[in-house]
Amino acid sequence: MWELMDLVQMRKGQTGVLDSVEGGKGMTWKMDALGIRPGSSVKKISSALGRGPVVLRVSGTDVALGFGMAKKIRVRVPGNGGNRP
Amino acid sequence: MRVLLVGNPNVGKSVIFSRLTGIQVVVSNYPGSTVEFKQGFFKIDQQKSEIVDVPGIYSLESTNEAEEVAVQMLEKGDVVICVIDATRLERGLPLVLQLLEKKKPMLVALNIYDEAIHRGVHLDLEALESILGVPVIPTVAVTGEGIKEMVSRIPQARVPEVPAGPAGERWQRIGEIVARVQSITHRHHSLRERLEDFSIHPVGGILLAGLVIAAAFVFVRTLSEGIITYGIEPLFEGVYKPVLLRLSDVLGEGSFWNEILIGKRIGGDIDFVQSFGLLSTGLFVPLGMVFPYILSFYVVLSLLEDSGYLPRLAVLLDGLMHRVGLHGYAMIPNILGIGCNVPGILATRILESRRERFIACTLISIGIPCAALHAMIFGLVGERGVRFVLIVYGTLFLVWVSLGLVLNALVKGFAPELFIEIPPYRRPLPAVVLKKLWMRMKGFFKEAVPIVLIGVFLVNLLHVAGVFDAVARVCAPVVSRLLGLPQEAVVALVIGFLRKDVAVGMLAPLNLTDKQMVVGCVVLAMFFPCVATFVVMLRELGWRDMLKSVAAMLVSSVLVGTGLNMLWR
Repeated sequence: MWELMDLVQMRKGQTGVLDSVEGGKGMTWKMDALGIRPGSSVKKISSALGRGPVVLRVSGTDVALGFGMAKKIRVRVPGNGGNRP
Repeated sequence: MRVLLVGNPNVGKSVIFSRLTGIQVVVSNYPGSTVEFKQGFFKIDQQKSEIVDVPGIYSLESTNEAEEVAVQMLEKGDVVICVIDATRLERGLPLVLQLLEKKKPMLVALNIYDEAIHRGVHLDLEALESILGVPVIPTVAVTGEGIKEMVSRIPQARVPEVPAGPAGERWQRIGEIVARVQSITHRHHSLRERLEDFSIHPVGGILLAGLVIAAAFVFVRTLSEGIITYGIEPLFEGVYKPVLLRLSDVLGEGSFWNEILIGKRIGGDIDFVQSFGLLSTGLFVPLGMVFPYILSFYVVLSLLEDSGYLPRLAVLLDGLMHRVGLHGYAMIPNILGIGCNVPGILATRILESRRERFIACTLISIGIPCAALHAMIFGLVGERGVRFVLIVYGTLFLVWVSLGLVLNALVKGFAPELFIEIPPYRRPLPAVVLKKLWMRMKGFFKEAVPIVLIGVFLVNLLHVAGVFDAVARVCAPVVSRLLGLPQEAVVALVIGFLRKDVAVGMLAPLNLTDKQMVVGCVVLAMFFPCVATFVVMLRELGWRDMLKSVAAMLVSSVLVGTGLNMLWR
């Protein structure tokens, strides 16, 4: 039912629930303060071409994260009820 | 009593500060516009109190340097005003709860309250006040609404009883508070939201960015040329020149004071660019050539800053910026540098590491000409043909990119990644834009114009004393063999340390070929920062990094100047 993926793999417009955040203490604190923490629901707004940043909507705000950081954040995205082709 | 303004970045602390103290500060719509503490005074019940504008922080527990400083500051305050963005209650509450645990008398300012109402966010203020146990005041700092009430309630600031819980419980608590006090009326996607999404679209966003930059360029050029053609030129040529000519006649051609004040008469006439007297060129360069460009550039910059476009540009350009060892947000200091390198260098404080700040400062001081330099390049190179202007800018852009690539490879260390909150688009308020423009213009007249005059005066004095010929002879090999410039151009390079606009102006009477003019402008732009930029850079980087940066300037400017000179047939 749930698919686990990182923010880069997530498709634009998809929503999901944040599963885990990897990173140094300072980084995780700042992410935490911005609402990026396990359990929060997020929507991917866009990603740039190549190794560009990912823009995420979380608790009503848009946050831009570099590619490397986005790679380290995993989300659970609802699969479409097992009806996938 | 000392009151601290604390809050997340970009919630309007500096606007409140400016309202309370009357101190004018540059405020913009992007996180990190305030990089230093600002102190001022205001009155609570006729009593003089101190207020400190603390740069924005996300949490008290972070390991980031700016936040540590903010936490230290907290110990020294008597009352804390925690400013939060009413449209993003959930984002502000973590800091509020952390601050409450510090046991300082506190109140909460719910700023940007008008936008919250407009967006259908309803907040139960009484409930919030009773939950938090401190006064909660809705404010709209840009218009001044609620500020008086906020001040009148400062004496009611108090330390509430809050159960100190672990971080996990705090999040739960925030969720409960938001659920109790906030209700949102559902609305359809507005045009603004669509535009927000479009501006960071990988393809559409780039197209829009190209359009925005082109429009900004056309606007700056049209407005400044308009001011020059219809305002300044008639004034200088028609009204001012006859007066100067009369004065020159009275002083007597060839006399010492005529040389200093009026300068050389060319065919009996005064040429405002070439005569080089204190009252002719000394006034014409800053007022007639540079001022129109500074004014027009800052009009555009203020609009970009206040609309919230800059962070979006940072997102789009993140990929490019990583190639030069920076991340997208480093775009902001670079753009500020186009106006004047000094605020550009200061703004590098929004970058996380020393390495990034070194790279950004070096790139700005070498590859980003300031508005004064732009004005002179447009004025003096532009009259020879647009393609020469394009060669100057093309070269500087290539230098910026290649130097960035080199520095990224040479400077050790790790490159942090972009991590920013993107503010919503806001309509720039004319009053705020005009105030900011006024401050920046005042800065130009107070700081730049006197230095231009000193520069022109020095040039004349040294010229009369014959110092220049000596300097020129010593530096002749580099300047004439490698760069292909006449010996006299050395003097312009030296004066470039004082003011770049004066230096370019000095190239004007030398009868340079097109190639020499282009090489001269490129080398002048890269060679060395002006004294104001130098001082700020030294303070920000320290001696060691400054020396490295200077080495990069000297080597790259001689290399590029020589290259241009050799390749151009």
